Amino acid sequence: MHRIVILGGGTGGTLTANRLRKVYSPDAATITVVDQNNDHVYQPGLLFVPFGLTHPEDIVRPRGRQLHKGIDYRISAVERVDVAGNLVHLGDGSELSYDVLVVATGAVLSPGETEGLTGPGWNENVFTFYEPHGAAALEERLTWFDGGRLVVNVVDMPIKCPVAPLEFCFLADWFFREKGIRDKVDMTYVTPLDSAFTKPVAAKQLGAMLSERNIELVTEFNTGEVDGAGGRLVSFDGREVPFDLAVVIPVHSGASYVARSEGLGDELGFVMTDEHTLQSKAAPNVFAIGDATSLPVSKAGSVTHFEGEVLVDNICRFLAGEPLRAAYDGHANCFIETGFSKAMLIDFNYDVEPLTGHFPTKVGLPLLKESRLNHLGKLMFQWFYWHGLLPGRDIPGIHGDMPMAGKVIPSDTNKLERAS
Amino acid sequence: MTVDTIAGLAVDLNDEGFLVDPSQWNEDVAAELARREGIDVLTDRHWLVINFMRSEYETKGTGPTVRVLGKTSGVPIKELYELFPKGPAKLAAKIAGIPKPRGCI
Repeated sequence: MHRIVILGGGTGGTLTANRLRKVYSPDAATITVVDQNNDHVYQPGLLFVPFGLTHPEDIVRPRGRQLHKGIDYRISAVERVDVAGNLVHLGDGSELSYDVLVVATGAVLSPGETEGLTGPGWNENVFTFYEPHGAAALEERLTWFDGGRLVVNVVDMPIKCPVAPLEFCFLADWFFREKGIRDKVDMTYVTPLDSAFTKPVAAKQLGAMLSERNIELVTEFNTGEVDGAGGRLVSFDGREVPFDLAVVIPVHSGASYVARSEGLGDELGFVMTDEHTLQSKAAPNVFAIGDATSLPVSKAGSVTHFEGEVLVDNICRFLAGEPLRAAYDGHANCFIETGFSKAMLIDFNYDVEPLTGHFPTKVGLPLLKESRLNHLGKLMFQWFYWHGLLPGRDIPGIHGDMPMAGKVIPSDTNKLERAS
Repeated sequence: MTVDTIAGLAVDLNDEGFLVDPSQWNEDVAAELARREGIDVLTDRHWLVINFMRSEYETKGTGPTVRVLGKTSGVPIKELYELFPKGPAKLAAKIAGIPKPRGCI
């Protein structure tokens, strides 16, 4: 009887548990999922809360209800993992021993790391929409915002869903136009990157979309202080950006127990993980998935979904004593809401940046281009999340490996040769 | 890629001015690269960061980001910006002769 313990009952933990339960009968393996609370948040929905397009209660469901029958579910904090002893120490003092451990506890916001961010003005003129409480507080504030300087600031990478702050800008532009006050709002997007996004082709397109919407772009700004009382962002090199309302995406870290578990995480508390097998570098029987890993991929649900296939296969191989498959290619796929009921789609992996064309084949959804079809795709995705992705179903016609069929390949990019 | 003569040595640089091969680096190369970036004198504090960058690169295959540098190098972020103005991780990596940190995705 194999004992599999999964820390975290979010996207990665839930889909891994459900997929494993299909593979192993209850006689063959016990599967235990641990989480510190019972609130499973559909995180892509948080973007829509500030604009009144959805509400926190509509995007939260009980974690336990998303897990298939025969999965043991425990609500408890994790104190630490004893990697050498194959043992998880829980917050209530009890212990869980395991043959295989999966770390799926995601990323947490660390606003306290930035000077002043949680000081005067926090949730008054400085907000974040990356958690339900902050998103709801921002919605309340936006209902009576009648003009001024709105600044959207990413403090540092990595963050969950790197396109969400840009989507927030596009939706805010739409929101203020609908309210008839767009001419009274100065919008600025302030990023530590040297362009609007990390990947060149998409960065150019997204940068142009900011400029079309009259949203100023401030790059290479490393926020050292958020001065809510004085209404200004101050960078480490002394530059300032004034604001009346700031929407700040705080720095992220791994779950706090990772840092307390010797050898498990890196300096930021993310689990050091093999880029292709998803086995941790801490121990052969420890795996990681989703936002909890140190992988050079976007922290996003689609990444977690594509990783899930590879992870479950490799856990089975490990338990059977077979060599692991280095199969994860860094595939990510994100809808980018652009306002006015349109959205873009980007699809990329470790080697291939987001390109134009169609997904998954030449007759699919348009890539890197605004369309109503993509917006509908984004809306439909919430249904698929609860009823397809979490239960561990594959999307018909879409697999973990990134498809090249519909993509337009720029002729001057030699990097692409590997993937095509 | 270009070949440049730095401190008397032929050194391969990429389009952004980073060393292509970290083994072509030595302390004189670092001092010359620093001067080109407007840092006339490398102090002990600069060297602490430069040596830290090189050892991180050797063990992890990539240089640390500013946030990680601030947490682990023993030099606070504010001072890092005084030592290596504008972008400490990028600039210190360049002077340390290692590739640009790939931290951000």
